Amino acid sequence: MKVSDIISKCSFTLLVEADTERDITGVYTGDLLSWVMGHGEEGQCLVTIMSNVNVLAVASLLDLSCVILAENVKPDDEFIELAKEKEINVLSSSESAYTICTLLYEALK
Amino acid sequence: MDNSTPLTYSFTVHGDDFSSAGEASVQVKKILRSIGFDADTIRRVSIAMYEAEINMVIHAGGGVADLYVYPDRIVIVLTDKGPGIADIGLAMSEGYSTAPDNIRSLGFGAGMGLPNIKRYSDNLDIDSKLGEGTKLTITVIPQR
Repeated sequence: MKVSDIISKCSFTLLVEADTERDITGVYTGDLLSWVMGHGEEGQCLVTIMSNVNVLAVASLLDLSCVILAENVKPDDEFIELAKEKEINVLSSSESAYTICTLLYEALK
Repeated sequence: MDNSTPLTYSFTVHGDDFSSAGEASVQVKKILRSIGFDADTIRRVSIAMYEAEINMVIHAGGGVADLYVYPDRIVIVLTDKGPGIADIGLAMSEGYSTAPDNIRSLGFGAGMGLPNIKRYSDNLDIDSKLGEGTKLTITVIPQR
C-alpha cells in the first residue's frame, strides 16, 4: 500500500507532497515525540495532533513514510516549508486519531 | 580505518532555536548511512543523539556534539555549559522531568530523554557538575 493509495482510500488531504509512491509498512500514533522516537519504525505513517516542526525531525530521523495530522490541525508556514525541504509527505484529516487509525486498519488489511 | 584514528565530526547545537534541534542528528544519520552502517545501528545512534540534542536545547542553552566513528563503535560526546544535573539517578528514571510546561506542549519533557538514550545505546557515561555543565558520552556498537 502506497501513500497515494491511502490518500484516495481514506479521503486524506495532501498538504505536502514528497514521494507519495512510498510504501507504508505500518501505522504509529502518538503525540509524545520522545515516545514516538523510541518506538516508531521506518516506513510507518505517524498519526498525530502535534504540528510543530519537531514532528518533522522525528519523521526524518525515523524515515517515516508520511505524517497524518488529525482533527484538521493546521500546521504553520514554517512546518510546510520544512516538510518540503526534508521531503516528508504530510497528510491531513478532519477525523480523530482513533478514527484515522481504524480507516488505515481497513485500508492496509 | 584503524582503531586509533577515528573519523571525527563536530556539530554546534544552537540553544536559542528549539525548532532546529535535530539537525545535527540528521547530519550524523547521513554520514553513517554513507559510510555503510546497518539500519539498526543508524537508528539507535539517531534516537540517542536526537534526545541528547533536545536535552541540550531545553536545559543547557545548546552546546557541542562531537562524533567519532571507529570501525567497531560509534561514540558521540555532547558537551554543554548548562546548569548540570543535580541528581543523575533521578534524571535517569523514566517520567522524571524538570522541563518547563511550554516544552511539554511541544511533545517533550516527559522524562524519556536520558532513559531513551540509555536504552538505545550500548554505553552511556554522564559527567555533570552543578553550575559548570554536563558531558554525555554515548557509545553504540554495531551488531554486525
